[in-house]
Amino acid sequence: MQFHPQWATVGAIIVAAIGLFTSLSADAAEHVLAQKGKAFSVKKLQVKVGDTVKFVNEDPFAHNVFSLSDAKSFDLGSFGQGGSKTVTLDKPGTVEVECAVHPDMRMVIEVGK
Amino acid sequence: MNWMRPWALALCLSSLGWSAAEAVDDPQPATAQDRQWLLPDLPPHPDDNAPTTARIELGKMLFFDARLSSERNLSCAGCHSPLYGWSDGLGTAKGFRSKVLGRASPTIVNSGYNTIQMWDGRRATLEHQAMGPMESMDEMAMNLDALFAWLAVNPSYRAAFAAAYPGEAIDKTTTSKAIAAFERTVISNDSPFDRWLRGDRHAMTARQVNGFRLFSDPNKGNCAGCHQAPNFTDNGFHNVGLASYGQENPDVGRFAIKPVSSLKGAFKTPTLRDVALTAPYFHDGSAKTLLDVVAHYNRGGEVRTNLSTSVKPLSLSKDEMRDIVSFMEALTTPAKPFTLPQLPAN
Repeated sequence: MQFHPQWATVGAIIVAAIGLFTSLSADAAEHVLAQKGKAFSVKKLQVKVGDTVKFVNEDPFAHNVFSLSDAKSFDLGSFGQGGSKTVTLDKPGTVEVECAVHPDMRMVIEVGK
Repeated sequence: MNWMRPWALALCLSSLGWSAAEAVDDPQPATAQDRQWLLPDLPPHPDDNAPTTARIELGKMLFFDARLSSERNLSCAGCHSPLYGWSDGLGTAKGFRSKVLGRASPTIVNSGYNTIQMWDGRRATLEHQAMGPMESMDEMAMNLDALFAWLAVNPSYRAAFAAAYPGEAIDKTTTSKAIAAFERTVISNDSPFDRWLRGDRHAMTARQVNGFRLFSDPNKGNCAGCHQAPNFTDNGFHNVGLASYGQENPDVGRFAIKPVSSLKGAFKTPTLRDVALTAPYFHDGSAKTLLDVVAHYNRGGEVRTNLSTSVKPLSLSKDEMRDIVSFMEALTTPAKPFTLPQLPAN
C-alpha cells in the first residue's frame, strides 16, 4: 500500500474545515431582529464571527435587507409580511444594514472575533 | 296605489329638508386611526436653514428667475409651475433647448415632508437637490461662476441675500438654502380629505370615503402599502411593472444609485396630494389619467421582471376603481392666490 502525501494533506484540510465548522456552529448564536413600523427593532447589534442574524418582516408590506459593507456584502432580496431571511456574519468588522425599499431603515452590526 | 308610494316618500323627505341624494351620500366620519393621515402644519427644516420671510422671498425670486439658466429662458418654475400642480403637465420633462428628458418633473408639493428627494433618491434634502438642475447640461446648463458673479453685482439680489443670510457668501450653499426654504412653503394640507379628517364629515362624499377605505385596505387596493400616511409616500423605491421597463436598456432608476438587484427599475413613491393636478402619471408619464393608474395596478403591472412584491393583481371592480380615483380627487387643496415675485431688473 502506497502512501500519497497529497491525499494526507487534503484529508487534513477537510478534518480542519469540519472542526472549524463544528466549533463555529457550536458557539454560533442566532440573533432575531424584527422589521416593524419601517424600522429595524434595534439600531445597533454586537455579534461574533459565525453568528447568524435573522430578519423577520412584521410589517404589512415588503422589506429588503442588504449591505454593501466591506465586512459583509449581501442582498437578502425582498420579502413580505411574515417572511424572514438569515445572514451569517463570517468576518469581523462593521456591517451597515439597510432596507433597499425604505432607505430610512438602517442599522449597524458590529462583528467581533 | 303602490306606484304613489315613492313619490309620497320623496315629498315627505323633501318637506323635512332632506333630499334623496343626501340620504344616499351619507359618508362615514373619520376614525381616530384615520387621523394618522393629518400632516404636521409645517415640514421639518435643517437647523441651519430655519424659514424666515427674507429666505422664503429670496428663494421665490430665484425659483422663478429664468436668468439662472444659461440661455436665460428656463427657471425652476418652468418644470415646477404652480399652473400645473407645481409640475409641468408633460409626460417627461423638457430641458435645455427643449431636449426631452427621461423622467417626469415631480411635483414639489409637500416635498418638504419627504425624507429623500428625486425619483431615484439621489439627493437627501431639498438643499442638496436645488442646484442639480442648474448644474445639469441637460437642464438649465448654467455656468455657476457666472451666475454667482451676476447675483453678487445685482443690487436687489445682493440685498436679498444679505437679508436672508447675513454675513454669508452668495454661493451654492445660500442659493440652494433659499430655494429650499421657498419650496417648503408649497404645501397641500387643506383638501376635502384633510377637512374630513379634522371632523367635517361631509367634506368628502360617501363614494370618496369608500375610495379611501379601498385605498387603505391591504386586501383590496393596498395603495397605502406604499402611499403611506401622512404624505402618501413611504419615501421608498419600488418597481411597479411599467411597460417601459420591458424595453431595451430601460431606466433602472434607484439601482443606478444603490446597486442592489431588487432596485432595478425601482422609483420613489410619489406623494398623492394634489395628484389630480399633475397628470400624466408615473415617472415615465405613461398613464394619462388616474383611472389608468389604478387599472395598471389592478392588472398587477405590465412587466413582471423584478416587480415589487407589493404589486399583485387586485380584482377591483370598475366601481371600486372609480371610487379610488374619486378619493384621490379629494386630495386637492383649493387654489389660493399666489403672488409672483418681483424680479430684479437686468
